[in-house]
Amino acid sequence: MIRAWRQAAVSTLVALLLWQALVTFTGLPRFILPGPGLVAQTLWESRILIAENAVITIIEILVGLGLGALLGGITAIGLAASPFARNLIRPMMVFSQAIPVFALAPILTLWLGYGLASKIAMALLIIYFPVTSAFFDALMRCPRGWLDLAQVMGASPRRIMWHIRVPAALPGFASGLRLAAVYAPIGAIIGEWVGASKGLGYLMLLANGRAKTDLMFAALIVLAIFTLILHTCVDRACRKWLD
Amino acid sequence: MAPALAFAGSVSMQDQTLFPPVNIHVPAGRWTCLLGASGVGKTTLLRLIAGLEATASHDGTITTSDALPLTGRVALMAQSDLLMPWLSAIDNVLLGARLRGERADRARAREVLALVGLSAHEDKRSDTLSGGQRQRVALARTLMEDGAVVLLDEPFSALDARTRAEMQSLAARLLAGRTVLMVTHDPSEAVRMGDQVLLLTAEGCSAIDLPDSPPPRAVDDEGALKAQGALLSRLMALT
Repeated sequence: MIRAWRQAAVSTLVALLLWQALVTFTGLPRFILPGPGLVAQTLWESRILIAENAVITIIEILVGLGLGALLGGITAIGLAASPFARNLIRPMMVFSQAIPVFALAPILTLWLGYGLASKIAMALLIIYFPVTSAFFDALMRCPRGWLDLAQVMGASPRRIMWHIRVPAALPGFASGLRLAAVYAPIGAIIGEWVGASKGLGYLMLLANGRAKTDLMFAALIVLAIFTLILHTCVDRACRKWLD
Repeated sequence: MAPALAFAGSVSMQDQTLFPPVNIHVPAGRWTCLLGASGVGKTTLLRLIAGLEATASHDGTITTSDALPLTGRVALMAQSDLLMPWLSAIDNVLLGARLRGERADRARAREVLALVGLSAHEDKRSDTLSGGQRQRVALARTLMEDGAVVLLDEPFSALDARTRAEMQSLAARLLAGRTVLMVTHDPSEAVRMGDQVLLLTAEGCSAIDLPDSPPPRAVDDEGALKAQGALLSRLMALT
């Protein structure tokens, strides 16, 4: 564990040194590529601004993740339980995957406004399919022997679902959630790019427009760190309760 | 009282006959062992009796001596222990009650686990148990179901020789009085355990001569060893 942390620290340090060397030796202007020192300085000086916007984005990501996981879970169970629902809804789901979610962002902003709702909807949409699909596949792969045993024991389909298929498929749900933890921030940021007045995505776009590349990098790093933390937390939770 | 079973008729799979019309009588309260070349439809026959088979078609009847349906009176034990890894040993034993929405009789489950010698392990998750222990939990679960008819599909074939012999003795003792039909590919197991041993082939079904001693026969029973040799020769002569 300590070894892993040390390796990560060394790796980060090397990356920072390479970054600084690139800036120093190429003489790139600071509005094209600011050095790590300048970015760190901006991060500190603009900490209140960045924090205010980060809170908004984090709320969007967490709510989107929660709702997406819930809806994805319910859909997967519904599809696995009913062949009728499968026949009806699966083609729709496959078709909906042919639409790039990015392209929906302007429409969502139009329908749901410039506030949190449109970004939450984006995060939700982008994770809904991976969660549903991973969980559904796991539900359908339930070992034949278990289902036979349950049938001989006289179990109803509902109880088989609840006591055997769902618990057996939780590791599949967990892999969907791990993916979702990485995708949800993408959804929220795209939503903010299309139309927002708050959030890290909005801040990055604003900074970019004013050639404040150092601020943009600072916001990006905060977002990346948050995504890493989120992924780690989701991974730990999955390992503890679902795998 | 456990009923006798009678399976009559032929079984085919996708228009291909697995075996021709047979009359298999499984006497009440006795062990019947069913052997045969792999692919002849032994497991299919078991699944038909359990009401599980969906792909094979059975042209004939399955009847009980008391003329009551089999539903709810059958317990099944397979080669794989089929334990739920997320449940403890005792919760696996209680699976049937949980699946039927009945009240879980934990005291009875503890008794049954004690019968198979696993009292010390009742709260352990099943994926932390050894292969032999897991199959004991599966046997306990089968006992807990208290089916008058017990269907066994190669239940001990994944175990090492010693554990297998122990499990056979245990199962013979604990399942006494029930109507047992066991599919096996092991002639020594069939001869050791069976009150009746049947050989199922593509030509039909025939009974095997057994020694007079009652099952479970001693592992070094001379008559049993002889019968086992003869049975193996017959199996090897099958095409």
